[in-house]
Amino acid sequence: MTGAPAAEIERVFREEYGRAVAILIRLCGDIGLAEEAVQDAFTAAVERWPSTGLPPSPAGWIIATARNRAIDRFRREASREHRHAQAALLSVREPQAEEALVPDDRLLLIFTCCHPALAPGAQVALTLRLLGGLTTAEIARAFLVPEPTMAQRLVRAKGKIRDAGIPYRIPSEADLPERLQPVLAVVYLIFNEGYAASSGDRLVREDLCAEAIRLGRVLAQLIPDEPEVMGLLALMLLLESRRASRTSASGELVPLPDQDRGRWDLALIAEGQGIVRRCLRRNQPGPYQIQAAINAVHSDAPVTSATDWRQILQLYDQLVSLAPSPVVALNRAVAVAEVEGPDAALGLLDGLDLDGYRLFHAIRADLLRRLGRTAEAARAYEAAIARADNATERRFLERRLEGLS
Amino acid sequence: MKLYLLSVYQPDADPPPPELLNKVMRDVDLWTQELKAAGAWVFGGGLHPPSTATVLRLQDGKMLMTDGPFAEGKEHIGGFTIIKARDLDSALEWGRKFARAVTLPGGPGLPIEVRPFQGEVES
Repeated sequence: MTGAPAAEIERVFREEYGRAVAILIRLCGDIGLAEEAVQDAFTAAVERWPSTGLPPSPAGWIIATARNRAIDRFRREASREHRHAQAALLSVREPQAEEALVPDDRLLLIFTCCHPALAPGAQVALTLRLLGGLTTAEIARAFLVPEPTMAQRLVRAKGKIRDAGIPYRIPSEADLPERLQPVLAVVYLIFNEGYAASSGDRLVREDLCAEAIRLGRVLAQLIPDEPEVMGLLALMLLLESRRASRTSASGELVPLPDQDRGRWDLALIAEGQGIVRRCLRRNQPGPYQIQAAINAVHSDAPVTSATDWRQILQLYDQLVSLAPSPVVALNRAVAVAEVEGPDAALGLLDGLDLDGYRLFHAIRADLLRRLGRTAEAARAYEAAIARADNATERRFLERRLEGLS
Repeated sequence: MKLYLLSVYQPDADPPPPELLNKVMRDVDLWTQELKAAGAWVFGGGLHPPSTATVLRLQDGKMLMTDGPFAEGKEHIGGFTIIKARDLDSALEWGRKFARAVTLPGGPGLPIEVRPFQGEVES
């Protein structure tokens, strides 16, 4: 028998951690205990698998081992009566091999992690911790908060789930669309934090993007009937397809019109566009699907000048009527600039209450530059630079400002 | 089953005109009847204004007594209901109905705080 390399074990961990924790939470009804048991099981795997090789069903092995660890722990701590009762319950509910492969436990768990009674920051942290298997230190680093702060946030959220009785179940059919909103928002927020890191030195944090897409795929597999779930996955795949071309070799930001389209990931584009086409046939549009469609149009253009801006503008019109917001209006103005000219677009920016948003000033600066209003453009670039926390983005804006004179 | 405290917070202002207040009283009463019919009602009621409150506190062995509500601010608990529910989702559903019942037509909604009691109770 050949041993399993560390990379294999790492892969099993990434793919199976969330499912194992979800199943253990259902079996023993306690998040903390479930986490400990699954971590114990992976520790045992790291010790064992390098010599024995992967078992036939690594997930089944992890779940069975974790379950036994949980029972052991119950017995050891069985000073109180209800602990006995829980151990008995756990022994009765022997998970079958097939049961271990029922994916729905992860779905139960993500609805619990993204319960609207939890603060959005806590939803994101819990999802990455329990479903993604990221350590507290990794999550703290990703969101640039001190580790003790993140640890406290996680403890508080788990405590609220337990003490307030946040249920561990899939919402009813009637509640599903509403309850799905925070779930999709959490996954997209994780992606965005990875894709356009709001602060820090690097523009993209690949690990967060990969985790968000992985979660998006799980959701798409579990709730394929919700078009917005598919829309979100397509949107993330299409954005991800351009990642390699978004930064230059020297780490500088490259905006969409200037990107080397030969470096776009064609497999991701094909998958994303395929989903967008299926969404269009279904004809139940939603904000994520429309944003995915906009990105699919960009992906269609072999060169920037071939971009079908009229179609993009039509999609933004639809997005504005479905989910109006100042940011959507701002992005629509970019399309208006391409179809009707920068003058028309500039007029649309006047009423927008986005003074704190760096991209508002960056887009305004670009429109002013194109209209030859250099002095105003410089002031707008300066406003954008003052509001940009990401070093790569700031450098990009500074270069633009220098390029004015 | 768990117990939850559903408190309604009211601004310390003059009460609304009687015809509006009567509608709220009627709606809250209907909500209470619904809770009782579902076997979820445990205890509850409306409170006199915070100006009627008295605060006691033992300090350095001496019992201090002060007039007025303990918490500063412009809003205080106006009433509360204790309910029995199987989980937070169920308690929040009753909370939503409570929030609708206490809201004056066209007026701003009053916040309802849903807070779990420690421990479990028999169903």
